[in-house]
Amino acid sequence: MSAGAAKILVKVAEVTPVNELVTRFRFVRRDGGPMPTFSGGAHTVVEMNDKDRVRRNPYSIMSDPADREGYSISIRRDDNGRGGSLFMHRRVRPGMEMVISNPVNLFALDLRARKHLLLAGGIGITPFLAQIKQLAAMNGNFELHYSVRTTSLASYADELVANYRPRVHLYHDDRGEQIELPALLDGQPLGTHVYVCGPKGMIAWVRKTAAALGWPREAVHHEEFLAPASGKPFQVMLARSNKTIQVGEHQSLLEAMEEAGVEAPYLCRGGACGQCETDVLEYEGTFLHKDHWLTPAQCASGTRIMPCVSRFEGKTLVLDR
Amino acid sequence: MLEGSIPSRPVYGVLEMRPGRLHLMVADAEGAEAILDLAASAPPDFFAGAHIVYIPKKTGDRFVARLEHLAPAQIYVGPSYEAALPRLRRVLAGAHMGLQVYLAGTEGLMGQAMLEAMQAGIPHSAIQTEHRGSTVRRVQCVHCKGITEDVTHDPFQCSHCGLHLFVRDHYSRRIAAFQGVRVDAEDPGNIPQSVERFR
Repeated sequence: MSAGAAKILVKVAEVTPVNELVTRFRFVRRDGGPMPTFSGGAHTVVEMNDKDRVRRNPYSIMSDPADREGYSISIRRDDNGRGGSLFMHRRVRPGMEMVISNPVNLFALDLRARKHLLLAGGIGITPFLAQIKQLAAMNGNFELHYSVRTTSLASYADELVANYRPRVHLYHDDRGEQIELPALLDGQPLGTHVYVCGPKGMIAWVRKTAAALGWPREAVHHEEFLAPASGKPFQVMLARSNKTIQVGEHQSLLEAMEEAGVEAPYLCRGGACGQCETDVLEYEGTFLHKDHWLTPAQCASGTRIMPCVSRFEGKTLVLDR
Repeated sequence: MLEGSIPSRPVYGVLEMRPGRLHLMVADAEGAEAILDLAASAPPDFFAGAHIVYIPKKTGDRFVARLEHLAPAQIYVGPSYEAALPRLRRVLAGAHMGLQVYLAGTEGLMGQAMLEAMQAGIPHSAIQTEHRGSTVRRVQCVHCKGITEDVTHDPFQCSHCGLHLFVRDHYSRRIAAFQGVRVDAEDPGNIPQSVERFR
């Protein structure tokens, strides 16, 4: 069994600039067949052959879940990131052949909800674009509150307003507008679920405010992909593969394992899904846990690590892989 | 405390205060004590946002005055769950997010009230429960689908179709009842001695 979700061989059908920071990419299958179905909130992992390395970044699928001819994703250029978004913006051209993964949904709508309250910050709008199409098709009850920096950076705001006007509320940072969260959450009908995708601070704010108002944890959904943090290089011994590998400064442990030809499991590559959890056999040093998966007690136990985002500093690390 | 056996058998906790706009408490019989225990650690104004629905059953007026003394925003004391149901549904229909639900007492009461709360849109795992008092069971006959309340013996005779039913731990949240299965299905007439398992 190969690591990650099954692959789809695609070609790039369109590359469309959306604004000065965001570009949309559309993928269709090379064999012309239909794409696998997905549900709103799903992501795909895009593989990028960047010189001597393979980058694999997760991106939310923004196109209509009912559209099986292709998948669209929108990527915000991050000039200070690890390079995945720059590769997509600078190197990817229509007609190029690429490999993406089958969709995986870690941010699905809870269809038992009476109402869906969607809160987006910036490029965090992308999973909601697919969810809104899904909800609109089933006559679902939803409301979008979308916080943007400026009008020119408000990706897809115009089409959202045009298509779903009374349900869409925009907030512009440069005009000092902000989602009035306590007032918004207070008074929502019983059975409302809230979903948030955006910057880390926004997610924490929504979760904390909802909890303080007595919203059940099960009715508060969030998605945050972490980019693997850079850090000091370290050495890892992989016991089952009988290999010793070096994890570079700007490389994740998962990427280093893949580079060494070790089949390591993964799905989200962003510390959220739990798929890459790996047992620690021996260590002398300190773990730098960055994921959202392990509990504080598990992190403290020194018995496991999430190689997609977490690092290690110290003398010895032996993993059961 | 009742213990879990198979995953579908409900397990109950201990009521704790949670932040919320309205605290809906539904209890029967000794379930009142769970609310009174909760009150012991609650801040003085906590019950100003509480609505208590209480069915005393055999405990009569033993706990009623103490519940009233908590000065909840509203208190209803009624003769049966069925009598309380229209009120419960009305409260849930008009409720907003931030409602906390606390259930205490017998399994039959908690299960049925949980079903109402779930149907109103609250995830079942967000509903607090505390078992107090009787362990009698509400059981659905899998054959005729009739529900028999307050089952004490196993096997027992279905109050609807008359079959002799073995009481399983298999529980349905959707029906709010345990499952009763014909005990002599393989060997008609061979009915084991009925024993009192639930009091």
